Amino acid sequence: MAKKQHDTPNLDQLESGPWPSFVTGLKRLASKNDMAVDLMGQLESSYQDKKGYWKGGTVGVRGYGGGIIPRFTELKNEDGTPKFPDAAEFHTLRVMPPAGMHYDTDTLRKMCDIWERHGSGLIAFHGQSGDIMFQGATTDKVQDAFDELNDMGYDLGGAGPAVRTGMSCVGSARCEHSCANEQKIHRNLVNNFLDDMHRPSLPYKFKFKVSGCPNDCMNSIHRSDFAVIGTWRDDIKVDQAEVVNFVNDKGRKYVIDSVVSRCPTNALSLNDDNTLDIDNRNCVRCMHCINVMTKALSPGDDKGITLLIGGKRTLKIGDTMGTVIKPFMKMETEEDYEALVEIAENVIDFFAENALEHERTGEMIERIGLVNFLEGVEIDVDPNMIASPRQSSYVRMDDWAEEVEKWEERKASGE
Amino acid sequence: MAEALRMPIESGVPDPMPLMHPTLKANFGEWKYHDRPRPGVLRHVANNGDQVWTVRAGTQRQMDVSTIRLLCDIADQFADGHVRFTIRSNIEYMVSDESKVKPLIDKLGEHGFPVGGTGPSVAMISHTQGWLHCDIPGTDASGVVKSLMDELHDDFTHENMPNRVHMTTSCCQINCGGQGDIAINIQYSKPPTINHDLVANACERPTVVARCPVAAIRPAMVNGKPSLEVDEKKCICCGACYPPCPPMQINSPENNKLAIWVGGKHSNARSKPMFHKLVAADIPNNPPRWPEVAVIVKKILSCYREDAKDWERIGDWVERIGWPRFFELTELPFTKFHIDDWRGARKSLNASTHIRF
Repeated sequence: MAKKQHDTPNLDQLESGPWPSFVTGLKRLASKNDMAVDLMGQLESSYQDKKGYWKGGTVGVRGYGGGIIPRFTELKNEDGTPKFPDAAEFHTLRVMPPAGMHYDTDTLRKMCDIWERHGSGLIAFHGQSGDIMFQGATTDKVQDAFDELNDMGYDLGGAGPAVRTGMSCVGSARCEHSCANEQKIHRNLVNNFLDDMHRPSLPYKFKFKVSGCPNDCMNSIHRSDFAVIGTWRDDIKVDQAEVVNFVNDKGRKYVIDSVVSRCPTNALSLNDDNTLDIDNRNCVRCMHCINVMTKALSPGDDKGITLLIGGKRTLKIGDTMGTVIKPFMKMETEEDYEALVEIAENVIDFFAENALEHERTGEMIERIGLVNFLEGVEIDVDPNMIASPRQSSYVRMDDWAEEVEKWEERKASGE
Repeated sequence: MAEALRMPIESGVPDPMPLMHPTLKANFGEWKYHDRPRPGVLRHVANNGDQVWTVRAGTQRQMDVSTIRLLCDIADQFADGHVRFTIRSNIEYMVSDESKVKPLIDKLGEHGFPVGGTGPSVAMISHTQGWLHCDIPGTDASGVVKSLMDELHDDFTHENMPNRVHMTTSCCQINCGGQGDIAINIQYSKPPTINHDLVANACERPTVVARCPVAAIRPAMVNGKPSLEVDEKKCICCGACYPPCPPMQINSPENNKLAIWVGGKHSNARSKPMFHKLVAADIPNNPPRWPEVAVIVKKILSCYREDAKDWERIGDWVERIGWPRFFELTELPFTKFHIDDWRGARKSLNASTHIRF
């Protein structure tokens, strides 16, 4: 039985309405634990004053330098004591979920039991980076909570200037568009860099995200430094009988207006017999026609991944999208997976040595230029890296002949 | 005798295979196509004919253990005991028996979990921590989302949009919520208020100087103490100096405002990924329900629903009709602030006579 709940007239207004209410959930917790009572007290104060009242600090678990988000209250009485003492410390454990966020109820229940014992009882599935967020533990409970979750087979995620928790889409587990084993790529990458995750010492954060097709449901092209996106090299697979069914069902006008004319490279043509011609050489794998006609069209069989590097959000230079660094890599053999990890190692090493403090990989590339980055990570230039060649003539090109020779050697060796 | 202290087992990302629904696991990499029998329900068919139905339901994202246990009870009693979560914090129940779908939907509905968020619906809003947990928030996150999703509940449970709508909210200008078809973000309108007595104790000054995108911060002695000063003519009020230096308080209950951005898209479908663009600003930060935000968001959505073609995301739609038409249809004002002046801005200007009248 918890202490008396505070009056929360503002928060109360978030209990009405059809969408599930987090406030109702908080009140359920508050009926049983004092920490939740005081959390609501502080949150209500924030709503009234229009100010946040948390500050950071240093809280960790043994052996790790990051993964706990410390939160101490700033809301104090005149004598300096916390106004809401039972929520004066409200730290979060970031815990990495299984790749693809699959759970069974047994697992979820165990997590609830652990968190009810050690923390506030409030869990977010999931944070923006992809962590399970166990929110609300005092400093002295963090280690115990972690130990129990760790014994269950779960590990802390990333925080601070470190490799962060990654994400992968449902992909091969359920999606017919999947062009890669997303969860295997995700785990191979992140699990190779656990040292860089748990002992932060990079210039800034580094994020891996894996999407199984160019729909990029994991938003990797923008929200990660290292975006792995499934794709294929050969022809789109067409079941012409199903195409004809689709056309008969929806009508030619719909198919022309909603599919054929939407192809960004005009690679589709609807024949008079309602079958579909595809100019595969000019297909850019945008996924639109496949999305619309999922029974009739699917990715080709020569599957692999495209690697883009350098996405980031706002700070300092604004938003960036990743740039294509590898247009295509097969992901079939163990050697293929190792090759991807090796690129990641080279990129992170280069980033660690060359980025300024608080500079993201994409910012660094913007500052030093893509070519310097490519030389640093030993990746050859490729016309798929650009949307168009330079428009500025302000460049020194004494070494032109040498560079052409490199290109010719690569062509000759069959690359 | 002292016990050895337990060191962490650095187990990393767990393997999902043991937790995966058996039909998913059995057909891993062998799926053929999918369709959507009704909003909130996906039916995937494998190459060998196996089928699995996925029922997707909205959650609070910030969940108390009772809610999670209830969702588990529903999974055990009405589904197959295996769930997953989506990137937008919806829960997905997989069942291999079609007859379980309707009772599952009914049960979820009985407990107030809306079934939807699939196909051309308004998906759940991606959001962060806000006043509940963040150390730098200008506003709340869960409250804004709850308020908006209350208004957009029907758009979540139905598939009435031209294409999916991915919305995000962010509680400061750093924008952890990310790009979206519609993004609602804090936009500060005044430079930070500096507590000069605390700067030397709390802040690593060179770090803070380096954070400023426009080099508006410099070290200075103020009140006899080493501190930092801001050239307010240069300051663009982004708040980047605040996280490394809390005495440079960017948040102000009076001056924090919200801005709305439109047209972000990560998918490569039809058009290359795009960033969202500013359409509205100076919207009051008005807890507990932010009504002014909902008015604008609903207006944008209604214009989009009426005017966009099938399969056009908001960004695709605006590219086709042109931004002048967007402002005309939504009746949002166009100001000098809409014209970009950041690096690369020239690309955003109209260097052509492509004008619609």
